[in-house]
Amino acid sequence: MQKSLYALMKSMLGSLRDLAPIILVIAFFQLLVLQQPLPDLIGVMTGLVFVVLGLTFFIYGLEMGLFPIGESMAHAFARKGSVSWLITFSFALGFGTTIAEPALIAVAAEAAQVAANGGVIGNNPDARSVYANGLRFTVALSVGLAIVIGVVRILKGWSIQYMIMGGYILVMLMTAMAPQWIIGIAYDSGGVTTSTITVPLVTALGVGLASSIKGRNPMIDGFGLIAFASLTPMIFVMAYGMIV
Amino acid sequence: MELLTSLLNILFSTIQDVIPIAAIIFGFQLFVIRRPIANLRRVLIGFGYVIVGLAFFLLGLEKALFPLGRLMAEQLTNPDFLRQGLDSAAAVLGWQDYYWVYIFAFAIGASTTIAEPSLIAVAIKANEVSGGAIGIWGLRLAVALGVAIGIALGTYRIVTGVPIHYFIITGYVFVVIQTFFAPKMIVPLAYDSGGVTTSTVTVPLVAALGLGLAETVPGRSPLLDGFGLIAFASLFPMITVMGYAQIAAYKQKRARGCGDKPPAQESS
Repeated sequence: MQKSLYALMKSMLGSLRDLAPIILVIAFFQLLVLQQPLPDLIGVMTGLVFVVLGLTFFIYGLEMGLFPIGESMAHAFARKGSVSWLITFSFALGFGTTIAEPALIAVAAEAAQVAANGGVIGNNPDARSVYANGLRFTVALSVGLAIVIGVVRILKGWSIQYMIMGGYILVMLMTAMAPQWIIGIAYDSGGVTTSTITVPLVTALGVGLASSIKGRNPMIDGFGLIAFASLTPMIFVMAYGMIV
Repeated sequence: MELLTSLLNILFSTIQDVIPIAAIIFGFQLFVIRRPIANLRRVLIGFGYVIVGLAFFLLGLEKALFPLGRLMAEQLTNPDFLRQGLDSAAAVLGWQDYYWVYIFAFAIGASTTIAEPSLIAVAIKANEVSGGAIGIWGLRLAVALGVAIGIALGTYRIVTGVPIHYFIITGYVFVVIQTFFAPKMIVPLAYDSGGVTTSTVTVPLVAALGLGLAETVPGRSPLLDGFGLIAFASLFPMITVMGYAQIAAYKQKRARGCGDKPPAQESS
């Protein structure tokens, strides 16, 4: 008991150190550059305590739950040898974690508003909600597909460079063709899909797969899933803007 | 009391986020893999920690850092503040008068990235997989530097109004060229680090800065120019992470005293 308490204290200190730069930056600008007092000091301090506690628990749980489950599932699928189930799982993981992502829901609602203002769709709640849901579905589909592509890449041992480069060339070409107002949203949607819980899981899945397949190097083949997951939404959202 | 209700609210929405993930994992485990999960109790406790941790983290950010960060972004982009050092009120603001904005963008980009939980996760994994060749702090600092440069340049772009494509295309061309020269083992990780950075902490603060700037700089529209900072923040880490590996490889070469041996990397 005492030992785990000691470990907890130690990782709490680590979290405090992780947060120190933000605190310093904010304090420096607030006090020296803007020369304003900190509003609601007690509230800020309580908030900081919560942030430190939260980060500590998160990292603790990460190594206890998320990493082991991701890797053990990758090993189990590799042992089972069923590619179709692995692909189904990858798609479900990408799609399922994205469709419910709060950041994506917010961006989709915003995009629907922009589209309505621009006269692309009717400016009423029904049309907006249809549009926003369509966008969410599109992004979730693209992330599901991205994880599938990434997993197939690990299985086949393809090198990542050309795939990602090809993807970015496609993004450039579509940027030139897509309607102007969707571009910013499309670029942003690449960033919002990779949430704090998805990233560790997907990373563990990739590394676990690469280390259980013979001839794959976990360093070269295991990483890269996130890269696909932030690339495909850009392409799909711009396509959505062009079609709808 | 109010704190408790918002904690419960956030806890509830975090659980809601985790449910689909947990359903997929346990569903496949039960019906497809059909094998009991090793250390089930431990894994479940781990999930519990992740949920509680994330809820606390988000609550704290919402209570402490976000309001302050947004307020500061507003104040720094306020024309009254920017005109402080100028002689006459009539003077037109040049792009160099926004220097505090660039410095703030750089500092906040770097410091929020250091605290980004998903980056910590990836750094831990990369350190483990590479057998210690990639340091946790080395990777985190490299990514933080990339985000800092990206966001500072992104704010400069909003102020000057240069089209975003020029920067992004130049950046990608640079990434492509660098890919051919960087040590092979870093490339996938570098690509990943672009997507990892834009997560819980960085996005809300950076978005506030971008929108604040686009609203106050004459001739910019928040809709068209407020976006795009995220794209900068995910581009530059790729460059700095590959650069970090290149410098490490170069140092290793020099330390060995002979230039023809590549750094050991094929150990798995």
